[in-house]
Amino acid sequence: MNTNRDAFTLGPLESGPACCVPQPIIQVKNLSLRYGDKIALDNVTLDVFKGCITALIGPSGCGKTSFLSAINRLTDLIPGCSINGRILINGQDIHAANNNVQALRRNIGMVFQKPTPFPLSVRRNLSLPLNEHGVIKKSEVAAIIEQVLQDVGLWGEVCDRLDTPALSLSGGQQQRLCIARALALNPEILLMDEPCSALDPIASGVVEDLINRLQGRYTIVIVTHNLAQARRIANYAAFFWVRERTGQLIEFGRCQHIFESPNHELTAAFVNGHRG
Amino acid sequence: MFEMMQRIRELSVQSLVYLAALLVSAIFIWILSDLVRGGIAHLSWEFLTESPRDAGRAGGIASILVSTILILLVALVTAIPLAWATAVLLAEFIPITSLFGKVVRFSLYVLAGVPSIVFGLFGNAFFSIYLGLGFSILSGGLTLACMLLPILTATAEAGLRAVPDNYRLSSAALGMTRTAALIHLIVPAAAPALVAGLLIGIGRALAETAALLFTSGYVDRMPGSLLDSGRALALHIFDLSMNVPGGDAPAFAAALILVSLLLCINILAMKLAYDLQRRKMMI
Repeated sequence: MNTNRDAFTLGPLESGPACCVPQPIIQVKNLSLRYGDKIALDNVTLDVFKGCITALIGPSGCGKTSFLSAINRLTDLIPGCSINGRILINGQDIHAANNNVQALRRNIGMVFQKPTPFPLSVRRNLSLPLNEHGVIKKSEVAAIIEQVLQDVGLWGEVCDRLDTPALSLSGGQQQRLCIARALALNPEILLMDEPCSALDPIASGVVEDLINRLQGRYTIVIVTHNLAQARRIANYAAFFWVRERTGQLIEFGRCQHIFESPNHELTAAFVNGHRG
Repeated sequence: MFEMMQRIRELSVQSLVYLAALLVSAIFIWILSDLVRGGIAHLSWEFLTESPRDAGRAGGIASILVSTILILLVALVTAIPLAWATAVLLAEFIPITSLFGKVVRFSLYVLAGVPSIVFGLFGNAFFSIYLGLGFSILSGGLTLACMLLPILTATAEAGLRAVPDNYRLSSAALGMTRTAALIHLIVPAAAPALVAGLLIGIGRALAETAALLFTSGYVDRMPGSLLDSGRALALHIFDLSMNVPGGDAPAFAAALILVSLLLCINILAMKLAYDLQRRKMMI
């Protein structure tokens, strides 16, 4: 449905501050993560810079997704998952006793691999989280909904059917709705777990363009298996590798550096397609 | 030759499954037609609105219906909150491997396997005698509630677990609390399963005889309060057909009413679940 008309327009987006101010917003220090006895991630130390896109690359099972869900403490929901080490966001330890996990997650949006709209209307998908965070005034909610749908380029496509089921949208539209839902809470950070991998190439391209446009306004950490995509959109790249079923961070640096002159031979082999 | 064998096998399997399905529906139709044949002549408006006279040979079943519905209401009002709260705990708040969860689940399994006559004896000893409720609608309803707990909890837990995990993860990732996710997403998504479990429970409660014999008693007068004894419909049918010579026709009629009642409750609850889901969700 809705194949041609306005299908791939992207709405206006205010320009943000220039990216790549090397000012860390997320500081991960000696992070180890285990599921029961299995160590999924071993001793990862990494800074994510404000306003930049950081791509996490590496083979399956190397702990990229686990790393991502540790940042917004979604790992709390996984039985048997335990974490060592520290994660600071804006200098604040996310595991500190006085840290409110709901507020933390409001500040850190997350987009999953498969689009996860709620089985509600398009409008309700966006208003429900807002209402839960105390944004109740109808006019305010409506304004935010329009703004974020504009931002993800969905407004033109859905403005006349906000009350239809979100699940009736196409896969690419659903994924952009999920991004809009995260943006509606006005987060600083967006975590994306292979946001394009469940989409067809055209929808994937639209979402990729969108991510590019979000750069600068949000700090984005994106897991991707698509190396060409990582190269196109990311400012920084972190290369993870799996050794004896334990994920490790091998190399982290500017994207160009990782792809063109990596320090580590594993990285070189991976980005050139020899391994992984 | 091989093809021939395959065809024969294909045909015989197909005819077997059709035959089985036919037999199953035939049993249902047989029972229903038997009830209709034996009971329709005795059915009338007076049968529904009058209280039984002459041990049920004459008069109607008005007081019996009222008692039955009161017992059912007491049972449901008690059992539903307990069972569904337990199911929410088991499915949403503790991991499936938790020891406490295992203990709760095990006790429910055991409870589910207890014969209803044992529930009756327990209800008599505990509610009627120990708590002093006597033979009353209240003791009967509370005893039925104990019987309904396992089935209501198990179906609700299964229904909640069947809700896709991504609702939980994505709502948590949006900073929504567990309770908010539960109210707005998970319970509405599980509503059909909850209602299906409820239907099985109601069916079982309406059909229950043994557990009520010792708890709500068999006084067939119109109950004045929940502390009065009241005779349930199933018990009435049992009494008429076993203890009352010449009570067969009213027994058939009462059974017909019981079955129709079950049918109505089924249809109503199914529609309710559908509406609830339609209103809350958009699938």
